[in-house]
Order: sequence, then structure tokens, then C-alpha cells
Amino acid sequence: MTNEIKKEAPANFKVTIDNITVEVAPGTSILNAARKIGGDVTPPAMCYYSKLQGSGGKCRTCLVEVAAGSTADPRPMPNLVASCRTNVMDGMIVKNITSERVQDARAGVVEFLLLNHPLDCPICDQAGECHMQDLGYEHGKEGTRYEFKRRTFELEDIGPYIQLHMTRCILCYRCTYVADQLTDNRVHGILDRGDHAEISTYISKAIDNDFSGNMIDVCPVGALTDKTFRFKNRVWFTKPVDAHRDCSTCCGKVTLWQRGDDVLRVTARKDEWGEVQSYDGKPGWICNTCRFHKKKASDWVIEGVSNINRHSVIAQNKYQGLIMPKETIAEVMGGREPKLLMDIHSISDVNSVDISALPGPATSKTFEKKEQ
Amino acid sequence: MLTQRAKEVDRRPMTFLESIYLWNIVKGMGITISHLFKKKATIQYPEEKRTFSKVFRGLHVLNRDAEGRENCTACGLCAVACPAEAITMEAAERLPGEENLYREEKYAAKYEINMLRCIFCGLCEEACPKDAIYLSQTFAPANYGRKGFIYKKEDLLIPNPVTDKEAYEKALGDKAAKN
Repeated sequence: MTNEIKKEAPANFKVTIDNITVEVAPGTSILNAARKIGGDVTPPAMCYYSKLQGSGGKCRTCLVEVAAGSTADPRPMPNLVASCRTNVMDGMIVKNITSERVQDARAGVVEFLLLNHPLDCPICDQAGECHMQDLGYEHGKEGTRYEFKRRTFELEDIGPYIQLHMTRCILCYRCTYVADQLTDNRVHGILDRGDHAEISTYISKAIDNDFSGNMIDVCPVGALTDKTFRFKNRVWFTKPVDAHRDCSTCCGKVTLWQRGDDVLRVTARKDEWGEVQSYDGKPGWICNTCRFHKKKASDWVIEGVSNINRHSVIAQNKYQGLIMPKETIAEVMGGREPKLLMDIHSISDVNSVDISALPGPATSKTFEKKEQ
Repeated sequence: MLTQRAKEVDRRPMTFLESIYLWNIVKGMGITISHLFKKKATIQYPEEKRTFSKVFRGLHVLNRDAEGRENCTACGLCAVACPAEAITMEAAERLPGEENLYREEKYAAKYEINMLRCIFCGLCEEACPKDAIYLSQTFAPANYGRKGFIYKKEDLLIPNPVTDKEAYEKALGDKAAKN
């Protein structure tokens, strides 16, 4: 036994996840090792966020089965473990999609997460880029067995830029880590315990830190959404475009969500795991000025259309380039312009108001003013 | 032998009786005259109208609930499902005091269907999570101008069941039984 302990640990640990072997540095979590492999092998994560210290271990969606603990001790772990909080050992064998137990447990976790979730996706601005939707679609069951009233909260106003919908929250704590680690005066945290726990700013203090907007990006559900984008459009009708500007407080690299040339929303760029992209090892958080106040295309240097997974609904009905296709009717008609071409805007009511210029959601008053 | 149906062509010269075609004329006229006594396939259109099949997909209707509130929340699923890209909308937030008008906190302030583009496939009805849009058993009436085919929310909304129950039920048609 003593000899074994003295033996030096190898520089890299070999870990096998779903029969794929990968070498990672000691101290890497199973989840990060699986992300190194990528693809279907990676367990989903709702609360773990690699750019936020201490996150993870709350939602239990990343549960995996450890079939062999290590080369030194190849006994399997009796229970499923949270892969975001369990570090790899040399010779560890992990089962994720190859384990029926994991799939079954994950379906149960999804059911639990959805117990109090209002499922108001048709209204929710997060729909289309929501991790909860993806999780429910991939791992969830069709129905719920919950028969009681879902918990509700009084709507709380937490400032002019961020909309809090506490009913949608799954208590992943990511936003409180953002408040803790990115902003200096934390005014935002979790009140009460257990079933009554809720995200709130203490004594309804407005969140006015310069990086508070990143809570919107880290929120895996639609609990924290951009108030300046509220109800303006659906995510899949907007066109994501990579852009940058010189910003003194942040990296200035963002994704603009455009409709025509109007910028409806600005977010940080996301990587393949739905997290904020890193540049030179530093996470690309963006400041509130970039996010909420630069809503003109002229404020930005546009780089090109963002790369969106073609299986995502956001990729629907999009042109690949940024240049509008040219009108060819006159060309094929030998130079004659069509005599009876209907301009849809001469009759359509849509786009009568510049929605992108509004500070908040449109209401009936927005359209009344126009008609007078 | 070719197939079972192969018939050898009779190339013998016609007899006199065959060459005056009398019997063939009588046979043909018999078929024509018999149709005079059969049921007509046509109808006198504007006065008479055919009943549509139960699965007929006609003009769209935006539905209301029993309290007369609009069902549509402008979720955009109909528009993304639409293969002809005929549907456009603009959403707005419900203000306090408008709860009797709209069922959810978000509603469609503008909702337009371009009937020139629409192919009446019914995918919008299938995509709708709120039972807000369905294809009724009428079709878009003819129009002299193309502008008349841009149907706006006022044109599509079903009559209010609270104030005008009769018109509401008429517009609802067979869909009432389904829901």
C-alpha cells in the first residue's frame, strides 16, 4: 500500500468516456474531459459555467455513471455522480450516453426542473436559444406527473435593463456568481430557502453595475432576459451578426441580433457550449454600454454572419451572406421594369414603428401614437 | 405471348353494314343521352354552394377564448413553420387594464397574412401552441387588386363570443366540435 501512495501521479490522466479515451490534466472534471471529446458524449449542464468560479453541482443534469474509479481502484462508484464536480482519475471509465441508468436519471432530473417551470415558451424571449428547451427536447418525457399548483412569484422590477421572471428560474445560481465575480457591489442574490428560494436584488435595489447585463447571457432559461429586447422579435427571426467596437471597459466583441439593418439585441458571443466565448483565455464578457446603449448598426464594425448550428431554429430561413440579392426582373425582361409590382410596405402595417428604437417592449400606446 | 391484355388488331376490310357506322352512332348517342338523366356534376355556383369536406383548409381565422380574449401571443411559430413565408407579426406587451382583450402578457399587435403567398397547407395551425390560428371552411374572396389580399389582424380575428355569439359560432364552424 505504501508503495502505491508514493508512486508519482502521471502527468496526464487517461479517462475513457463512452468508450472514447482522452488524456487530460489532473484536476479536470469529467464534464470538461467530455467537452474535450465533444459531441453527444458531453453531458448537458444547466448550472455549471466554466467561466464562473464555483458554479456547478446544483442542477444534476450532468449526472454520469462511473464504471471504474481509476486504475488503482477499479471499483465502480455506487451512485451516479455530477460530472461537473467530480474530477477525473487515471484510468477512470465513465458512461454517459451508453448508460441506461444515466438516461433514466436525466429524464427524472428534467421532470424535476420542469416541476415549477411555467412552460410559457410562446411568450418567453429565451425560446429558441433556451438550454431548458434543448434539455427537455433531448432528455425529457412528454408529460408531467405533477398535479399541484406551480409556485408563482410577484413580478419584481429589478431595473430598466433586465427583466426578471422568477417563475421560470431553475435556481442554477449562475447569475449570482456573475454578480459576485464580475461586479463589485453585489446587490443581487438568493432569498429564502428550499421551495421558496428566489432570485432577488436585496430590498429591490436596481442592478446598475456595468457588467450586470452578463446575467442575461449566463441564464440558461428565460428568467433573466434583456428588457430592451423584450417582445420585440423572436430569436429565430433575427439575424446574428458578429461585430466589434472599441470599448474602454470590455472586449467589445459581440453578436448583434439584427432585423434588416436594425439592431434589436446585443449579446456576448457564445461558444459551442452556450457559454460566453473566450479570447486569449479571458472570457469575453461585455459591458452594459455595449449591450444596452449601442443599438445602431453604425456603432459597430460588422465582421460577418455568426456561425449558427444548422440544427438550431435560429438557422432557419437565413441567407448566408450579408449582401441583399439583387432584383433580376428588369434584367430578364430586356431592361423593362415590371409595371405592376406591389410594394408590400405600401399596404403592410408591420414595420410602421421603429421597434428597435424603443427602450422597452412595444405596447398598445406605441401603435396608437403612430395612428394619430 | 405478350401481356394478358394484348389484343391482335383486326385488319380485315369492313363489311357494308360496318362501313355506314350506324350501330356505332347509336351506341355513342346512347351514352350521351343517358347522361341527360344522370345527376349533374356541376352546380349553379353563386346561388348554390358546395359543402366543404371537414378537413378543408380555407381562410385563416384568429381565435378567441370563451371570454373573448385573443389567444394569439405572437410566439412566431406559425411564421417559422410557414413554407411560403406569408405570415408576419409584431408583438406588444399587455398593459394593466387590457386583461380582457388578450389572454397572455404578450400579444400580437400586428398580424398579417399575405394570401397571395399562402398555399393553405395548414402548417400554421399545426404549429400553433395556443389554438389561436386555424384554417376555416371558406376561401379568400376574389379581388381586383393585389393589395386586398394582405389580410390584417382585423380581417382575420373571429367575432367576439361575448358581444356577438351568433357570428362567433358561425365563424367557428366545425372547429367547435374538434376543440
